[in-house]
Amino acid sequence: MLKYLASRLLTFIPTFIGVTLISFSFIRALPGDPIVVMAGERGLSEERYAELVKQFGFDRPVYVQFWEYLTGVLQGDLGNSFVTKKPVWDEFFALFPATLELSICAMIFAVALGLPAGVIAAVNRGKFFDRALMSTALVGYSMPIFWWALLLIIVFSGNLGWTPVSGRIDLVYYFPNATGFMLIDSLVSGQKGAFASAVRHLILPTIVLGTIPLAVIARQTRSAMLEVLGEDYIRTARAKGMPPGRINGIHALRNALIPVVTVIGLSVGTLLAGAILTETIFSWPGIGKWMVDSIFRRDYPVVQGGLLLIAVMVMIVNLTVDVLYGVINPKIRKR
Amino acid sequence: MTLRTTLAAGVAALALGAGMASAQALVYCSEGSPEGFDPALYTAGTTFDASSHPIYNRLTEFKTGTTEVIPGLAESWEVSDDGKTVTFKLRAGVKFHSNDQFTPTRDFNADDVIFSFDRQGNPENPYNQVSGGTWEYYGGMSMPDLVESIEKVDDLTVVFNLTRPEAPFIANMAMDFASIVSKEYADAMLEAGTPEMLNQAPIGTGPFIFQAYQKDAVIRYLRNDDYWDGPAASEALIFAITPDASVRYQKVQAGECHVMAYPNPADVEAMKADENIVVMEQEGLNVGYLAYNTQMAPYDNANVRRALNMAIDKQAIIDVVFQGSGQIAKNPIPPTMWSYNNDIVDDPYDPEAAKKMLEEEGVTDLKMKIWAMPVQRPYNPNARRMAELMQEDFGKIGVEVEIVSYEWGEYLERSKALDRDGAILLGWTGDNGDPDNFLAVLLGCDAVGASNRAQWCHEPFNDLVQKAKVLPTQAERTPLYEEAQVIFKEQAPWATIAHSVVYMPMRPEVEGYVVHPLGGHIFTRVGLSK
Repeated sequence: MLKYLASRLLTFIPTFIGVTLISFSFIRALPGDPIVVMAGERGLSEERYAELVKQFGFDRPVYVQFWEYLTGVLQGDLGNSFVTKKPVWDEFFALFPATLELSICAMIFAVALGLPAGVIAAVNRGKFFDRALMSTALVGYSMPIFWWALLLIIVFSGNLGWTPVSGRIDLVYYFPNATGFMLIDSLVSGQKGAFASAVRHLILPTIVLGTIPLAVIARQTRSAMLEVLGEDYIRTARAKGMPPGRINGIHALRNALIPVVTVIGLSVGTLLAGAILTETIFSWPGIGKWMVDSIFRRDYPVVQGGLLLIAVMVMIVNLTVDVLYGVINPKIRKR
Repeated sequence: MTLRTTLAAGVAALALGAGMASAQALVYCSEGSPEGFDPALYTAGTTFDASSHPIYNRLTEFKTGTTEVIPGLAESWEVSDDGKTVTFKLRAGVKFHSNDQFTPTRDFNADDVIFSFDRQGNPENPYNQVSGGTWEYYGGMSMPDLVESIEKVDDLTVVFNLTRPEAPFIANMAMDFASIVSKEYADAMLEAGTPEMLNQAPIGTGPFIFQAYQKDAVIRYLRNDDYWDGPAASEALIFAITPDASVRYQKVQAGECHVMAYPNPADVEAMKADENIVVMEQEGLNVGYLAYNTQMAPYDNANVRRALNMAIDKQAIIDVVFQGSGQIAKNPIPPTMWSYNNDIVDDPYDPEAAKKMLEEEGVTDLKMKIWAMPVQRPYNPNARRMAELMQEDFGKIGVEVEIVSYEWGEYLERSKALDRDGAILLGWTGDNGDPDNFLAVLLGCDAVGASNRAQWCHEPFNDLVQKAKVLPTQAERTPLYEEAQVIFKEQAPWATIAHSVVYMPMRPEVEGYVVHPLGGHIFTRVGLSK
């Protein structure tokens, strides 16, 4: 197992350098000069422009800029945002817990509903429940996120008043961000009602962000289960008179899980992409909106640093998924 | 290190904020996060709303709701006869805020004034390079050329020596970039090795004390009970950062916010009909225009430009692009600005006459480009759509239009070229309420090849504007600006399109809100009825 982990970790190095290079060149390949964008309609004098070019280091050859960036990254320095002037590292870790908290909740929501739904649909293949479930999943998968979010807000927050419209917690609660995870911070704060408020604020964004992964997981579980249910060993188990719950829940599901775990791993990327819209609509202070704003402002350090950190997160998730394969199916780790 | 300071700030803020829940807090749904809290470093209105208005003061101030300049941290000022020396008498007993890292030992004085400007203009000042300072507004308002020196006469007297007389200077001192910061705080932070705190944990003299900020989520302020102009109406001010306009609307409806910024134009009618929402409105201090390149044929002919202007159906643009939240512009300055010439009659919408006029000038089979901005601005919510409407209008008089667009930075850069091919959609939002800020900056000869996108240098117009700039009183300057607007209309370097209308939706219990023509959102005198 350790050897397997080590070999997986080794592949990190070229991927990491590749991502650094791509994120560095990607933002520079876009047309638009950050200094001109910063000055806006008012413009700035040629002397001032030259000064700023020098200050930002754009006067040096690109490979020198890249080398400095790379050495900085290796020392844990991602540079400072052109706009806020704060270290990219600090900004990322101030915002990332919010994205992570929302993504984890969305993933739990998607798996907790998607997995059983897929299993039940497969077992009842072709029956009403199966059809209803799969059509709903298709609708969920095709729904535009911003529309779905606004619909939920208008119905549940506007008309019914059951959930708050946006934000992470009611504004009357105020405590330091010890961890950045609102559920934890609100519990630790000891303020009455804070935790309940944080939970209420999470409901709609979780549903919105979790909808697409939920649909994908339900469909994937169903098709994987159907494949496994046709295998010989399942027929044998049935012939032996094993209870159906045990056959479906343990023997079939465990083998159906491999493709499902793959999909869950891949959904992490989708979650981060979906987080951009979800965060904007629910005023959720995460990294999605931060990245989009920075691209528009051509804030090079933020875009390249943010992309790199997100890529590293996705790499870690993929590694975890690979390790999970090994746990689910011992044959893989022996290969 | 940074994490630790953030935590420390949080804990201290918590101590300050005890009992917050019961305090009367005004909640404003703002549209985005500020870039920082030092207004001199930035140019965005969103940043000024969160920094210069609640936290700081300036030597002079704009009276809220007007462009009138009134005393601020300067009780009075005097301009010398030659117009080149301005002496400010400072207000005594003004206190700076304190936070967990800093408690002022003295009141506001001349050193703070000198420091506030010196850091922007003097490369030797240790704060000049802090926070990657670009000081765009200081440069943009020509302060480096204008200010020769600033002298302290005594603790409460400061003299600005100028290189030339300039009437708008007093109004410039009321602009956001001229906010007065504490020199004592700056020195303390420099010594502590954290000069960036000036931008991140601001200390000012304003009506509200900065308490805490969480990016993209919330900004909290507490009332400054020692405020020199009397304490603010609300005990606390909270900015709930809500980027989506539809969500802001829902939050006001649900009572989660009291006031919101920038509604969707399409929602305004429904808001007006809603008994839980009051909508205030005022014309914005801006103008959206189409600038011809007056140095290129056939647009070097004023008759051709006027003919094209007559072909534009401006009412259709107001209805479709602004969805009613705008008004037709006939002058290059907005109607809320002093010296606006209301006697001017706008070009009629008359495609027949326009076509005939073009033929008389010998212009046939004209093909032109219209540049459409890729971004949404207050003076033009959808430039692409506007360009399409113009394409249709010009098509009716036989002019074939090709619409071009570039990324915003490229757009601004390329459109400055003297040989630019085509007319460009752009606009301007006023900075200091002075006509010079529109007429000289956008149409003066000095600005050709830069912010004068029409590349228009017309001596009679330019002379009037330059002359008006150095006259001391508004009464003397007004007739010159009025005449300049007549010349502008005859010469038609632009098609003036629209001034936007600003809508401010709020809860009925909000009292004392005034829409500010300069675009800021100011909450000093805003409270909630019991």
